[in-house]
Amino acid sequence: MDILFLLIPLSVALVFFILGALWWAVHRGQFEDIEAEGERILRND
Amino acid sequence: MNFANMQASVYNDKVVRQFAIMTVVWGVVGMLVGVIIAAQLTWPELNLGIPWLSYGRLRPLHTNAVIFAFGGCGLFAAAYYVVQRTCHVRLFSDKLAAFTFWGWQLVILLAAVSLPLGFTSGKEYAELEWPIDILITLVWVAFAVVFFGTVGTRKVRHIYVANWFFGAFILAVALLHLVNSAALPVGAMKSYSAYAGVQDAMVQWWYGHNAVGFFLTAGFLGMMYYFIPKQAERPVYSYRLSIVHFWALIFTYMWAGPHHLHYTALPDWTQSIGMLFSLILLAPSWGGMINGIMTLSGAWHKLRDDPILRFLIVSLSFYGMSTFEGPMMSIKTVNALSHYTDWTVGHVHSGALGWVGLVTMGTMYYLIPRLFGQKQMYSTKAIEVHFWTATIGIVIYIAAMWIAGVMQGLMWRAVNADGTLTYTFVESVKATFPFYVLRLLGGLLYLGGMCLMLWNTVKTATAGRSVDVQIPAAAAHA
Repeated sequence: MDILFLLIPLSVALVFFILGALWWAVHRGQFEDIEAEGERILRND
Repeated sequence: MNFANMQASVYNDKVVRQFAIMTVVWGVVGMLVGVIIAAQLTWPELNLGIPWLSYGRLRPLHTNAVIFAFGGCGLFAAAYYVVQRTCHVRLFSDKLAAFTFWGWQLVILLAAVSLPLGFTSGKEYAELEWPIDILITLVWVAFAVVFFGTVGTRKVRHIYVANWFFGAFILAVALLHLVNSAALPVGAMKSYSAYAGVQDAMVQWWYGHNAVGFFLTAGFLGMMYYFIPKQAERPVYSYRLSIVHFWALIFTYMWAGPHHLHYTALPDWTQSIGMLFSLILLAPSWGGMINGIMTLSGAWHKLRDDPILRFLIVSLSFYGMSTFEGPMMSIKTVNALSHYTDWTVGHVHSGALGWVGLVTMGTMYYLIPRLFGQKQMYSTKAIEVHFWTATIGIVIYIAAMWIAGVMQGLMWRAVNADGTLTYTFVESVKATFPFYVLRLLGGLLYLGGMCLMLWNTVKTATAGRSVDVQIPAAAAHA
């Protein structure tokens, strides 16, 4: 199952990439005042 | 004000309009091919002895047409519409956006020609040969540039949850396509996979199931999280839960693929991991499903009068059903009964017709009048009729396939006291005949509804005209 030497590291890299995106989102204040964001799309577009 | 400034102050709805119209057109085509192959399975004489009309060549044409032409155009339209509306900015590049439209239509046309001619890489849901794969890659990179470019130039600080789903869908599909389509070309329309044997099978279903997860789930969840609140005129039930839904889903999806390879040459522990991850997926899937449906909490009466909302909410109930059924079928002991039977076909179609189909139709019914400067579709009555024909069609289809599948599984495993098989394979085929007729009936109803939608779309588009929609002033949402 040599293919797992490609697919497993790929998944691990992906998890770190997703963690990075989550870290970015949290630290850039994406999730502050979170419920208000759900209502914003109803106000104007 | 010069032309460039005027352009920048309105949304680019041209490309959305183009993709929305083609969603409906390809829906009719793809579902028609589905009905034809359902008839061929019932009455094999309908292969007519013509190679390029035979089941084996039309089947990939059907799956490619409904997933990538109907579903794909729907996702392009929704992603381009939603990202502009939630970021309050015009698409990043009009030229690249136009390229994604024409490029994607060319991919579809090439598929419609090459698959009946017998050109195939033999990989399910990735049958297209290498030159077309390269074109897909170019279109997809352009899609990513337009989408993330638009998010990057947004005028609203917060990135709405639907955009996270669309973004994950775009990136994951790019990765899946690149890894699975790696092949050595040996001619203009012939190549060999870079992987062999069970390695190839593992890559194929790593691709195949993640295509379900990121193309047919994440992308359409993006649709759901924007168009249900808009149509219901209520914010999503819990915006916090939608964020949790997103991160939980993308963290856990990647390893469900091996459940397609239970009891094969794949190592046992890899199969078990596939089963485990499939079971875990029930949690985020149902969290999202409940979140979407509960958006109507306190406003359930809207379901009574609004057929578009009914499309969207019923699609979620099918999402809930198939995301319960899927993990259950991935359990190895259940899979021993269900695998290779028509139960799998029923499961796929409860997801495809019920979830992907209905949520796309609901979204298009929301979008099309707005894209043509109309208040509503030409005929609301026709939407109502479409809803019921589609829903009844799905129920007939999946019930027939459940019964057929369980029956086949039981017949195949039945053994006599002396250890010989009770039934020959052909006996199980004969016993399936009435259910194939029922499936064809379900498919015809579903196709009929789609034809009605095409008529309604043409009427709405010709009664209206293309309109430019102003982007709200920046001060209003600092």
